[in-house]
Amino acid sequence: MIRNSAAEMAAKLVAGETTSVALTQAHLDRIAAVDTDVHAFLYVDTEGALAQAAAVDVKRAKGEKLSPLAGVPLALKDVMAQKGVPTTCGSKILEGWRPPYDSTVVANLKKNDIVILGKTNMDEFAMGSSTENSAYGPTHNPWDLTRIPGGSGGGSSAALAAFEAPLAIGTDTGGSIRQPAAVTGTVGVKPTYGGVSRFGLVAFSSSLDQAGPCARTVLDTALLHEAIAGHDPKDATSINAPVPQVVAAAKSGDVKGMKIGVVKELNGDGYQPGVRARFEESLELLAEAGAEIVEVSAPNFEYALAAYYLIAPSECSSNLARFDAMRYGLRVGDIDGASAESVMNLTREVGFGKEVKRRIILGTYALSSGYYDAYYGSAQKVRTLITQDFTKAFEKADVLVSPTCPTTAFKIGEKANDPLAMYLNDIATIPVNMAGIGGMSLPSGLADEDGLPVGFQIMSPVMKDEGMYSVGAALEAALLTKWGAPLLDKAPIMGGAR
Amino acid sequence: MSSLSRDDVAKLAGLARIEMSEEELVNLSQEFTVILDAVARVQEVAGADVEPTSHPLPLRNVFRVDVVVPSLTPEEALSGAPAQEEQRFRVPQILGEE
Repeated sequence: MIRNSAAEMAAKLVAGETTSVALTQAHLDRIAAVDTDVHAFLYVDTEGALAQAAAVDVKRAKGEKLSPLAGVPLALKDVMAQKGVPTTCGSKILEGWRPPYDSTVVANLKKNDIVILGKTNMDEFAMGSSTENSAYGPTHNPWDLTRIPGGSGGGSSAALAAFEAPLAIGTDTGGSIRQPAAVTGTVGVKPTYGGVSRFGLVAFSSSLDQAGPCARTVLDTALLHEAIAGHDPKDATSINAPVPQVVAAAKSGDVKGMKIGVVKELNGDGYQPGVRARFEESLELLAEAGAEIVEVSAPNFEYALAAYYLIAPSECSSNLARFDAMRYGLRVGDIDGASAESVMNLTREVGFGKEVKRRIILGTYALSSGYYDAYYGSAQKVRTLITQDFTKAFEKADVLVSPTCPTTAFKIGEKANDPLAMYLNDIATIPVNMAGIGGMSLPSGLADEDGLPVGFQIMSPVMKDEGMYSVGAALEAALLTKWGAPLLDKAPIMGGAR
Repeated sequence: MSSLSRDDVAKLAGLARIEMSEEELVNLSQEFTVILDAVARVQEVAGADVEPTSHPLPLRNVFRVDVVVPSLTPEEALSGAPAQEEQRFRVPQILGEE
């Protein structure tokens, strides 16, 4: 049962073949069996999940009208506030904090009766591409436990790939949903910026952060997308417009006559041969399905990484100033006569990890008087140029495509001491965040040289998220026919999953 | 080539309110030489005629009706406080000794 898609689980619940309590318990059992090895979860809310599941079963028994995913379990990235449940963001500075409120995403999940199993591991405050920056230890890729599951949302992607949950929530600032999906053979979507509320998402870089759906199929991400999306007055940057019809797009998977633009600059040198081979193969399948493949150029994308590593740290240096040891979280050095300033300094020294400190200092520098124009100011101009590149490219194509990341999953520890090498993981995902458009990663197969999953990225214009779902569904169907079974069937069997 | 000395990093750490060990200061100043060279590329491309983008959405001020709605109770607001006293956050000394 745990190997089904969320849509299949929902259908079994509707047909009365199982109950949400049984389904939830099956996933809790799976977590108990494999999570010692995978370490996808920072907190498992056994009691809360079972209570929520029991409540859905009662509603169903009464014949109440329920939402499409009602009763299906989900893993929640630990950056989203959930009332009464520990929320750490993978940081020591928030250890033990239980938010007194629900984020809007969590409120929407509860409204849809989606059962929250627990909180998943992540790079501290979502800063990283490997989940190695979590203060609570790394998560392991279910395909190969010595490798990274991507980051920052490596807990969510690993939970899906290890069949610990059929649905998960991620957040994507520079690729933190799409890159973990790519390296674990799962599906992840970063909706249009403003499409899903950021209220209660602990802020890293406010102009880039976006929560989104993760799952094992395109249709499951679409169902979850519609459950969490929509205008929210509590988030001033939330878009007040109807939610794109992504479920209909994922169900039709029709790409006949669609123009698909291959971004010339997001391929070639620096991309692993197996990544390029799977990308080319996917393009052929989409052409066979009736899409027209065109090439587009985005000359300013080569500056995206540099601009991102100024804009994101700048915003983070400001956002993380709230962790001041005064109102919540860790407090260190509060002895008689200690000043507030020394308590702040000591708390932030102990509470933040290496990468978070690195980015706070970089951001403080980029925003400081005398350097502002040269660094932060120039980066903002690059952001304009990247957005213009997208606008021009979307004149020639309905959606754009590229490999999601240059390589497959690397070994834990391999890049831990080389920040620049680590940052290069996000080279193909970052432009999407800079322009605020939608992006999806879905599995396109395994690289021949290492047998590890490769991701295919699809990008849609602002609030036209349905485009990437149509293309994603078409490619997924063509690949399934080619493979004869889902890609995850090829993953090593862990802990005796059926 | 851009670089930051150990003292520059110490000053920034002070501004960011992070106590740092000597080892951290030295390591960061070394790493910053490489990182700043990489990010300085942003200065190569955009001319004076390019407008900066601070945010992906063309939003102006977003208003709402000014009505009272339920919010956190004092107990809830204080629930994560490291220390509290008489329904208030208890914080270390902010002003210096007289």
